[in-house]
Amino acid sequence: MNGFLLVAAGFIVLTVALGLVRIFRGSEDADRMMAIQLLGTGGIAVMLVLAGAGAGTPALDVALTLSLLTAFASVAFVKNSGKPPSDSDR
Amino acid sequence: MSLLVDIFSVVMISAGAFFFLAGSIGMLRFPTVLCRLHALTKADNLGLGFIALGVMPLVEWPFGPLKLALIWALVMLSSASVSQLIAISLRKQGRKGP
Amino acid sequence: MSDMILHGGLILLVLAVAITTVVTRDTFAAITAYVVYGLLLGLAWVALGSIDVALTEAALGSGITGALLLRAASILRHTEEAAESKRPGRLARWAAGLVCAGVTVGLITVVVLLPEPAPSLAPVAMESLAATQVGNPVTGVLLAYRAWDTFLETVVLVLGLVAIWGLTPDRLWGGRPGQLNLVERDGVLAFLARLLVPVGLMAGIYLFWVGADEPGGKFQGGTILAAMWMLMILAGLSDAPRVSGVWVRWAVIAGPLTFLLVGALGWFGSTGLFAYPPGLAKPFIILIEAASTLSIGATLCLLVIGPPQRPADS
Repeated sequence: MNGFLLVAAGFIVLTVALGLVRIFRGSEDADRMMAIQLLGTGGIAVMLVLAGAGAGTPALDVALTLSLLTAFASVAFVKNSGKPPSDSDR
Repeated sequence: MSLLVDIFSVVMISAGAFFFLAGSIGMLRFPTVLCRLHALTKADNLGLGFIALGVMPLVEWPFGPLKLALIWALVMLSSASVSQLIAISLRKQGRKGP
Repeated sequence: MSDMILHGGLILLVLAVAITTVVTRDTFAAITAYVVYGLLLGLAWVALGSIDVALTEAALGSGITGALLLRAASILRHTEEAAESKRPGRLARWAAGLVCAGVTVGLITVVVLLPEPAPSLAPVAMESLAATQVGNPVTGVLLAYRAWDTFLETVVLVLGLVAIWGLTPDRLWGGRPGQLNLVERDGVLAFLARLLVPVGLMAGIYLFWVGADEPGGKFQGGTILAAMWMLMILAGLSDAPRVSGVWVRWAVIAGPLTFLLVGALGWFGSTGLFAYPPGLAKPFIILIEAASTLSIGATLCLLVIGPPQRPADS
């Protein structure tokens, strides 16, 4: 069971790698914003599987943190992309 | 009984991993940004849901499954909202179609 | 054996993303790659068994630092062309590359030549943990064995904030950072913020509380609180605070001040500075952590949103 779980976690890391290839080859800002989402969801999935493989509740806490932080980071990216710089008075 | 639970976990987690793979392949192959966004959010949410279900028997009761359900709900909420925000920002930049 | 895919995949991915961060020309892509790199490092730390470090890396190293870099990039956008045209010459770049390669080879050599088993203070730390009454050895080290260092870390955050506030133009002193974000009452962002922030607040407090016996603690909990406050400001549900506000300043120093007062108590009730009275270690540790969680949350948020850009009466 543990072996299967570790292999599943590794498999998910590989699918995330696959998605990242496209994101960093893509030409638009929106492609980059998707990178955060992909890593966030994929990372949470790996955490959940590792929690089942023995890491237990602490891994679930990391997954919880990841879910909140990727939401925050994605919003920060969307809000900050493509806007002209606000004039800072210097 | 324990064997049945293990089989359930294996099947659910495999289904979840399959959906992650489907989402990534969709991201590689779909032609436009909005299609790729769709593939990413829908497939990954479903994949995460299956994985959360599969891991539930493997963590401490009762707080483990509760946390798993909370994490999945948070991810559903945030990825649905963020994909809307990305699409809105794309429209503001002038793109009309998908 | 079965963790080979996981560990090998993570190693390759971390290397690839790190190289992408350095090589890519587009600033936005580079910042995204850096945030992705931070998240992957968080995964790597969990795979290595260090959950406390993983929490801090994922929250602070990728989330908050990413937001900070984004803000810096958007401010510096108009200087990018001038900076691009002044790239260092070929000789300088070769020299930098050789130094980096030398450092890498040195680090690899040191790690590979470590004696087996590697020398470690962990068993010694675990022996005395019972006296501190906390179950998480990391918390024990941070707040009992090396409380002085942790206190100075919290002071450094305050100093950083003072330095950033020092960049305010005179006429804007005491004002609000950032531009005003208008809230769309029925918008997607407002909806997300309204649902996510209460959950985030609870999660932040939970992480601080659980840090006594399980991975967690004030830095991780405080970072989540900071991210939730920033989310509220971004969604327009709350405006950036005036930096002259009394409660803002109390929130920032509450942590270091509590830390210092409890430490000074050690002169009277125990053997010296930062020595806890015997048997009372845990309540004092929880007190310090609670005040510090609040302070770290406030300070980190204020650090990222920057110096005032609007006058105080706006």
